[in-house]
Amino acid sequence: MLDKVGIAKRISQELRDGWYVNLGIGIPTLVANFVPEDITVEFQSENGILGMGPFPFDGEEDADLINAGKQTVTLQPGASVFDSATSFAMIRGQHVQLTVLGAMEVSENGDIANWKIPGKMVKGMGGAMDLVASAENIIVAMMHTNKKGESKLLPSCSLPLTGVACVTRVITNLAALEIRDGAFHLLERAPGVSVEEIRAATAGKLVVEGDIPEMQLD
Amino acid sequence: MAINKVVANVKEATKGIEDGMTLMLGGFGLCGIPENCISEMVKMNVKDLTCISNNAGVDDFGLGLLLHQKQIKKMISSYVGENDEFERQMLSGELEVDLIPQGSLAERCRAGGAGIPAFYTPAGYGTEVAEGKEVREFNGKPHILESALSADFAIVKAWKGDTAGNLVFKAAARNFNPMMAMAGKITIAEVEELVPEGTLDPNTVHTPGIFVQRIFQGTGYEKRIEQRTVRQRE
Repeated sequence: MLDKVGIAKRISQELRDGWYVNLGIGIPTLVANFVPEDITVEFQSENGILGMGPFPFDGEEDADLINAGKQTVTLQPGASVFDSATSFAMIRGQHVQLTVLGAMEVSENGDIANWKIPGKMVKGMGGAMDLVASAENIIVAMMHTNKKGESKLLPSCSLPLTGVACVTRVITNLAALEIRDGAFHLLERAPGVSVEEIRAATAGKLVVEGDIPEMQLD
Repeated sequence: MAINKVVANVKEATKGIEDGMTLMLGGFGLCGIPENCISEMVKMNVKDLTCISNNAGVDDFGLGLLLHQKQIKKMISSYVGENDEFERQMLSGELEVDLIPQGSLAERCRAGGAGIPAFYTPAGYGTEVAEGKEVREFNGKPHILESALSADFAIVKAWKGDTAGNLVFKAAARNFNPMMAMAGKITIAEVEELVPEGTLDPNTVHTPGIFVQRIFQGTGYEKRIEQRTVRQRE
């Protein structure tokens, strides 16, 4: 089973040389720490940064330089900054190749819900609806089940949607899955996790074809 | 000589903001927010405001100050996650809230300033956001019709500005400020450094002075950091 860092490490294997990548708040942000050394990617932050770098050294924080999670960050050489309309032109215009974000629920046809629990919690969608409506590759990073132990990979979402038929991959603490043809296709098992455990934790349609390899991390 | 947009202070700048008006306020989180004008509006105690702003500040800073005094009737925002008072007022029904996707918010402001009444976007199709909106397919993909936003006053914050109202923003503090500056019937710009006309390099101006009606030198910027994250030197 993977922890949050493990999920981020596995997602880093999905990065490709020359891609512009938008990382959401939470686990996705950690992916930036594990970019393979032999490739170059640039991170886009939807509040207006391309070429976002790591957190600043203590004492070098700049209140004018934050990421979409309101954390202080730095700029890489070759970075640029811009306004919100330009930023979402990059996103909607499909100039960003990969979006990684968290979710409360994902359905077998690729719907995602991550912004609202009616009557209980409303964070707002922020840039998530724009991101999932446009990106070619959308990877969801999340735990396979919720705090009550219920599956977050469902036949259909019960919470208000963020986007429809858009998620292409899901990386959880238990598995790596691809969504296509109305089902979750199991690609890899997390270390020490069996196909049966994944099947038990997946409420949506799960397709298991042939031997499912274990993830290779590090 | 350029048209002079300078007003003496925040009091002059905010003159004419009245109960019931619609305001746009620049900023993302607490980054690039018009701190001086927000403080002044707390003093003025203008009420029943409709505020268009990506966030609503935090409990004790930014627009959170106006929320605490119940000065805001309606918020049009994309994300409210870091403000407990906002969430409480919204869930209890005291505060009317229109949540819209961040990119649609930015583009709706830009459209308002650019004379474009509405546009189609894929963002929000198939969600609550699309309810009651026209859907149309382009290139086989469904889009929803979003309308332009405008405001009685747009209130923005820039790093530098000149007497002609030209603005330069710094780093990620630019965010919504340029689009909102375009969409205000009256646009107020508060700046960290006000310089004489001819001082800014015209090649580096982000917001041309035509969009700004009032500009003043702000004071006492706190520039609070919401999430201070650092790494240790190795």
